[in-house]
Amino acid sequence: MEADLTWRVDGVEHTLAVDTRTTVLDALRDRLGNTSPKKGCDHGQCGACTVLVDGRRQLSCLGLAVAHDGSEITTAAGLVDGDELHPVQQAFVDHDGLQCGYCTPGQVCSAVGMLDEVKAGHPSAVSDDLEADVELDEDEIRERMSGNLCRCGAYSNIVAAIEEAARA
Amino acid sequence: MTTKSFGQRVQRTEDERFLRGRGQYTDDLLPDALHVAVLRSPHAHARIGDIEVDAVLDVEGVVAVYTYEDLEGAMAEPLPLLIPHPALTHGRTQYALARDEVNYVGEAVAMVVATDRYVAEDAAARITVVYETLPVVVGIDAARDASRLVHDDVPGNVAARMEQSTGDAAAAIAKAPHRLELELDIERSACMPLEGRATAARWDTDTSRLTVWTSTQTSTGVRAAVASKLGLDLVQVDVITPDVGGGFGVKVVHPWPEEVLVPMAARLLGRPVKFTEDRREHFISSAHERAQHHHVEVGFDDDGRVEGLSVQFWHDNGAYTPYGLIVPIITSTQLLGPYKPPVYSVVFESLYTNTVIVTPYRGAGRPQGVFAMERTMDAIAAYLGKDRAAVRAVNFIQPDEFPYDQGLIFQDGKPLIYDSGDFPQSLDKIKALVGWDDFERVRDEARAEGRTVGIGLACYVEGTGVGPYEGGHVQVETTGKVKVSTGLTTQGQGHQTAFAQIVADELGVRFEDVEVVTGDTRRMPYAVGTYASRAAVMSGSAIALTARAVKAKALKLAADALEVAEDDLEVADGVVSVKGAPSSNVSLGTLAVLSNPLRYAFDEASKSATQFSVGDPDAVPVPEGESPGLESRDYFSPPRSTFASGMHAVVVETDPETAEISILRYCVVHDCGRLINPLIVEGQIHGGVAQGVGGALYERMAYDEHGQLQNASFMDFLMPYVSEVPREIEVDHLETPSPLNPLGIKGAGEAGVIPSAALFASAIEDAEGFAITRMPISPSELYALRLEHATTEGADR
Repeated sequence: MEADLTWRVDGVEHTLAVDTRTTVLDALRDRLGNTSPKKGCDHGQCGACTVLVDGRRQLSCLGLAVAHDGSEITTAAGLVDGDELHPVQQAFVDHDGLQCGYCTPGQVCSAVGMLDEVKAGHPSAVSDDLEADVELDEDEIRERMSGNLCRCGAYSNIVAAIEEAARA
Repeated sequence: MTTKSFGQRVQRTEDERFLRGRGQYTDDLLPDALHVAVLRSPHAHARIGDIEVDAVLDVEGVVAVYTYEDLEGAMAEPLPLLIPHPALTHGRTQYALARDEVNYVGEAVAMVVATDRYVAEDAAARITVVYETLPVVVGIDAARDASRLVHDDVPGNVAARMEQSTGDAAAAIAKAPHRLELELDIERSACMPLEGRATAARWDTDTSRLTVWTSTQTSTGVRAAVASKLGLDLVQVDVITPDVGGGFGVKVVHPWPEEVLVPMAARLLGRPVKFTEDRREHFISSAHERAQHHHVEVGFDDDGRVEGLSVQFWHDNGAYTPYGLIVPIITSTQLLGPYKPPVYSVVFESLYTNTVIVTPYRGAGRPQGVFAMERTMDAIAAYLGKDRAAVRAVNFIQPDEFPYDQGLIFQDGKPLIYDSGDFPQSLDKIKALVGWDDFERVRDEARAEGRTVGIGLACYVEGTGVGPYEGGHVQVETTGKVKVSTGLTTQGQGHQTAFAQIVADELGVRFEDVEVVTGDTRRMPYAVGTYASRAAVMSGSAIALTARAVKAKALKLAADALEVAEDDLEVADGVVSVKGAPSSNVSLGTLAVLSNPLRYAFDEASKSATQFSVGDPDAVPVPEGESPGLESRDYFSPPRSTFASGMHAVVVETDPETAEISILRYCVVHDCGRLINPLIVEGQIHGGVAQGVGGALYERMAYDEHGQLQNASFMDFLMPYVSEVPREIEVDHLETPSPLNPLGIKGAGEAGVIPSAALFASAIEDAEGFAITRMPISPSELYALRLEHATTEGADR
């Protein structure tokens, strides 16, 4: 069974008909040729497919494309401003926050979404005061980024990169 | 003057592309390809009866389905045994698609090719296979028991039995003042790269050429395998390794069944075909490693000096042995670490089980060997009531004893001779870094707060840069840009950056003018692969030698063009100039023009080259022994491996109630010879430590007695997230150059993971006060050990 769907992906509008079983990730990769988000597990357990859906970070392998008709989707490729990297992406370069690069688009989308959550005052499992503004210390970053696997183990540098991006 | 690049913390040139989402991994390529789904065995051991595929062909979108019956010629033969060994008396490999019998859950039985993966999977589910299940062998105990056999014609489930010794260890142990025996276990884990295996292939009907893109650690190995299996000439096959999303060993095995099946289908169908492994497939049908049981006997004197060491161990190699005995041979030799027992004997058996194959995973047998040796050192210290570091120190090979011959044969078939190192200095550094001598104060302070802490130490030596060779090709274009290629592959080690640094320095060009390509058989048809921490040593050295040859060629041309002696010239920033008279110069780009007697004036460099005259006008344009072009190809082939080393220390806290294990400090002293790029080396160490933490505290493959893997997902197989790794990994480097290569370097890729099991066992034992003999260890296991020891102590009273 197919259904029609209209999306803005990285600033460009697309209308397409998809098999209703198609995930957001497969629609992006196989239908639109946007290979920025990666498939690491297809079960929402690794974070490599993280994109921003209407500004919130989301595991694109867990959502059905048809459930997001009308959404604005941003992948790592859409975070850049022309030739300029997004500050979070630049911080990953400056702190060597990646090795093989496979989890990286998901890590940066997750970090960008997470920093917005912090600005909006969302508490995490390690926040002491659920009502207060979040102080983004190392514990908070580790907790909030704990949905993104990096088998190359670049974690210390990822934390350093996000700390810098948060300060900027 | 060109700034020296070697040794600097140069930012990786690879990063920006990945961050922009422009990484090109195999599944990102060939968007119009047909997709493959593989039907895999649901049984760990079964005979295959009828396979019914007719219903599959009715599915709309299905293009082809293959079973063993459809394989022809060499494809119908078993997959190759890559590394035979005389001790491997009963080597067995699987077929690309199972023939008559399956020996592990996940073994490939049939392959469906369809318009997309959704259709291919739906169709594969329609295949019916009649299985007659057979008794299953899971685990080392069941394999040793041998009341059930994995392969009918392999008695005792023993693939190989291998023995090495440097003398009569039993006699030396018997004569020693003190003796100990230990039983030590390590369980299975796996590489688990975030990108699984993937292969895409395109057959060009017009030219009869096959192009294969595959997520591999050896493009040349896959190329040879594909050509041989499909009956093609080598020159008809190109293998290109695009970006690879992590390897850690599993992708050096070749060919994986799909690596020959996909090209076969692409050729038969005349259409591009792609296979992308999903995560469950990776868990059950790609390789694992680590499971071994060790029995150690040691004799030692009052200072803890080992007088004789005897080790027996049993290695679970899974259902087949495509990679030979590499893992257990490494355990058996690298177990010795930085120590020099006067007599050592080791014997191992490599055993079949009905589980997925075992092949090298980062560290490759060393974590087990180090676990056995370091647990022994700690046991000696505990027995004598001595400091664990002091017991290690009396057993060290001393700096003036290099090269040190351990008297054994290493994995590469060469003598196990350590080239260089300084173990006492490493120990001093790690003790200072972690505050070893001050730890009793830390312990007392923690105890006063009701907290339990422990400190651990582990030392290792890693043979790196194994041969036989790698090559480099360096070409200066007329634009002055330098194009470099080497045949081994890259899966996150920053090779483009590190190799460009080497070329920048050796050739005298700007780092940003150097572009490096790896793993493309069109550019470098002779190569080995990226494993055994060998890329920097092997390709780095080959590229350095090649760059030197290109520089020599440039200097000869420049001397001719500028009419001065070569000795009077220097190269910097891509320009050759006369020492002391820099205005008399010629660029490498112009020299590239001059190097080629055919000079169409296509570009500015060609036009500007007309002011110079080179070569003997009376000789032929390309004299004997010379070649056109400012380029060279050279190979590096070392006499034997170079030995890196390191020591790690960790401080852990164990929760008195929940037995949760927390890491308070993690310190590393690492010696990989001269550092090309400390940023990259530290990244490799961080990554190794993260995997080591996983292997020590979280990761295990939970096979049940039926050979079903119970935790085949990231939800159930616990790999460290950012929340599980040490907050800070404190690293100190020691640089003892290797005399075996032109750059003095040693490998660094695997090091971080090697001591982890030993290290955490040492620290947890120190915190808890009872022996830790099995790794990994979970809080519930630690809790159970506490109860066991409390009961034992109660009974003793």
